[in-house]
Amino acid sequence: MASNAALDLRFPSDVQQIEGIVAQVVRSCRACRFDGRQLSLNVPVALTEALSNAILRGNADGAGKHVRLRADVTELRLVLEVEDEGEGFDLEACTQDPTTLENLAREDGRGLFLMRSLMDRVERFRGDGNVVRLTLLRR
Amino acid sequence: MSLQVIKHGDVVVVEVDGQLIVGNRQELKQRVLDEAEAGARKVLIDFAKAGYIDSSGLGVLVSLAKRLRELGGDLRLANLNDDLQTLFELTKLDSLFQIADTRERALESF
Repeated sequence: MASNAALDLRFPSDVQQIEGIVAQVVRSCRACRFDGRQLSLNVPVALTEALSNAILRGNADGAGKHVRLRADVTELRLVLEVEDEGEGFDLEACTQDPTTLENLAREDGRGLFLMRSLMDRVERFRGDGNVVRLTLLRR
Repeated sequence: MSLQVIKHGDVVVVEVDGQLIVGNRQELKQRVLDEAEAGARKVLIDFAKAGYIDSSGLGVLVSLAKRLRELGGDLRLANLNDDLQTLFELTKLDSLFQIADTRERALESF
C-alpha cells in the first residue's frame, strides 16, 4: 500500500545539508512507488540543483540565511517547492542551452537546464520568498 | 563521497564512491589537481561506485579536462551507469569526454 507524504523543512543555507534532504525526499517517493530511474536520477539531480541554486544564488551563500523545502508526494506526482530569501530570477532568461558549441565547454550553466530536463514542470514565483516549484509525474 | 586513487603505470585512476555534487566537488578537483601538480598527465575517473552527479560535479569534470589538456594530458571516464550516461547525453558532454565501458578499456585507450 503506497502512502502519501508531506515534508516541510526549514534549514540553514548550507550546501552540506543537500544530500541528506535529497535522501529524505527520495525515501518518500520510494514509498509512493516512483520508478527506479526517477528515484536514482530525476528526483535527486533536479532537487540538488534547486537546493544549490537557492543556497548559492538566491541566498548568495549567506551565513544566517535559510531555505525552506516543501514536498508533497502522492502515487500520482511529486511537487517540490524550494524557497530562498533572494529576489528571484527570470527562469526563461536564466536557462541556457549548455549543448551549443559555445556553451559546451563551460564549467557552469547546466543547473536550470537539468532541472527542466528532468522534471515535468518547473515554475518560479514569489511566495514569502523566492520559490521554485518542481513537479514530476510518477511513471 | 569518498575517493580512492590508484596508479596503473602512468595513468592515475580515481574511483568515485557516492554522489559527486556541489557539497563535495572541490575534493575531487583538488585531488586531481594535486596529482597533476605532481606530474600526472593521464587521469581516469572511474564511476563504477558513483551515485548521481549534479551540474557542479559535471562542471568540475569539464574544468579538470581543460586543465589536463592544457598540460598535454587528458581526463577520461569509465563505468558510467545508465543514469550518468543519460546526464552526459542530455548535456552533450559525451562528446567532450572519451568514455569507456570498463576500466580496462579506458586504460588501454591512453
